[in-house]
Amino acid sequence: MDIDLMLKVYPFFLEAAWVTILLSVLTAILGLICGTLGAAARLSRFAVLRFLGAAYVSLFRGTPALIQLFILYFGGPQIGIQLDAFEAGVIGLGINAGAYMTETIRGAIIAIDKGQREAARTLGLSSWQATYKVILPQAARLMVRPLGVNLNMLIKATALVAAIAVVELTYTAQRYIGSTYKPFEMFLLAGVLYMIIIYVVGRGVAWLDRKVQIT
Amino acid sequence: MSEQTHFVEIRHAQKSFGSLEVLKDISLNVERGQIVGIIGSSGSGKSTLLRAINDLDPLTGGEIWLDGVQVNKTLPHRQYEKHINEMRQQVGMVFQHFNLFPHMTARENVTMAPKLLKGLSQADADKLAEEQLDKVGMLERIDYYPSQLSGGQKQRVAIARALAMKPKLMLFDEATSALDPELVEEVNMVMKKLAEEHMTMIIVTHEMDFAASVCDRVLFMDKGVVVEEGPPSVLFKNPTQDRTREFLRKHIEGAS
Ligand SMILES: Nc1ncnc2c1ncn2[C@@H]1O[C@H](COP(=O)(O)OP(=O)(O)OP(=O)(O)O)[C@@H](O)[C@H]1O
Ligand SMILES: [Mg+2]
Repeated sequence: MDIDLMLKVYPFFLEAAWVTILLSVLTAILGLICGTLGAAARLSRFAVLRFLGAAYVSLFRGTPALIQLFILYFGGPQIGIQLDAFEAGVIGLGINAGAYMTETIRGAIIAIDKGQREAARTLGLSSWQATYKVILPQAARLMVRPLGVNLNMLIKATALVAAIAVVELTYTAQRYIGSTYKPFEMFLLAGVLYMIIIYVVGRGVAWLDRKVQIT
Repeated sequence: MSEQTHFVEIRHAQKSFGSLEVLKDISLNVERGQIVGIIGSSGSGKSTLLRAINDLDPLTGGEIWLDGVQVNKTLPHRQYEKHINEMRQQVGMVFQHFNLFPHMTARENVTMAPKLLKGLSQADADKLAEEQLDKVGMLERIDYYPSQLSGGQKQRVAIARALAMKPKLMLFDEATSALDPELVEEVNMVMKKLAEEHMTMIIVTHEMDFAASVCDRVLFMDKGVVVEEGPPSVLFKNPTQDRTREFLRKHIEGAS
């Protein structure tokens, strides 16, 4: 194993790791927004919204994320959507992650005993008041862990944007392989950096989960 | 439509879940300060009737009136929601499984609705919580979470939560059924205290002794109809219907 080479190139990998992190953060934010809207649609009292929410989920979970990215990035210009690779990466992965998060958020909300909403409504709270005072604070606690799983998947999925030439970790590894012919060292380096990011995020999620639990 | 003359008036209540008819033309009047017990075997429609009164299970036919206002009137969705929220503020409900909010302390459980719906200040809300929790003997546990309380204590907090909205009417749906036998009495005591204060109450229960001791009137329901009703002294001692007799024989083992 060429340790010297690894030490020489690792600053460039670190830089690429920041791109992966930025990509992950933006994707997670967009995913949460889409997931919240998706869950709200799926739980709406209007059938049209419930249908749209369900269609969103099955469409984006039922096709490979890579195909979704390609359609957006390569197919987009044909229908008037011009995005640079990074933007396409964030938007494509964010909408995809949102489909998974929709199910996570919805799952946490419907897991709350229906007696909770009933108790709130009997006191005279409106449906929305019952939702934000009683249901969401409890559902939020249930969401932390599964959203952590979504986040873990999403960070790993950012590797896909190497295919549209976003200079993140995976793409950087591939580029250095081209010049060094050392795939083992280069992928290992990328893998270790992914592991560190995911480990830190995992610890953060576990900490948050402990912190929000009801005494 | 004739004017309503009783405090609570249920007129020809009918309720179906799909093809299953659960309430069949039930009429019932309750006067201010009266305590009415509802007994009957499982599935007879007791909960459904109680839950129809504050529209948790909307009727499919008939009318519910409370203090001169029709509860289940026909209105466009938004207006109906506003109307029903106002009606529900006047009706306290206590559930078999307490349904306390687990993420709130006893104090917060009690003050949340009054603060949100009546705009009480924190100071006034705290005073209210102390007052109501004291009444149910839970003042010492004011800052405990539901998970730190026994079943009987939870139910007493749930009663305080309902009372904090200063309801005109209290509905109890088997408030002691989920409790260990030794915890039943502390909840019954609270309900008796409310009875002494002339709170209007409708109590679904399977405790015949308790019904006999607090209720002015007891209804026996079976298969969606009120089979027989009367003062407990009459209904429990001299029921006129076979179905009532059979039910009482099964449910008062040893007694009488
Ligand atoms: N939401 C619902 N959907 C369909 N059927 C229902 C629903 N709620 C109640 N039922 C049915 O209505 C009937 C009456 O139920 P209800 O809960 O009113 O009985 P109950 O007298 O309160 O019985 P218990 O003593 O077991 O509480 C039962 O057959 C029940 O299965
Ligand atoms: Mg019942």
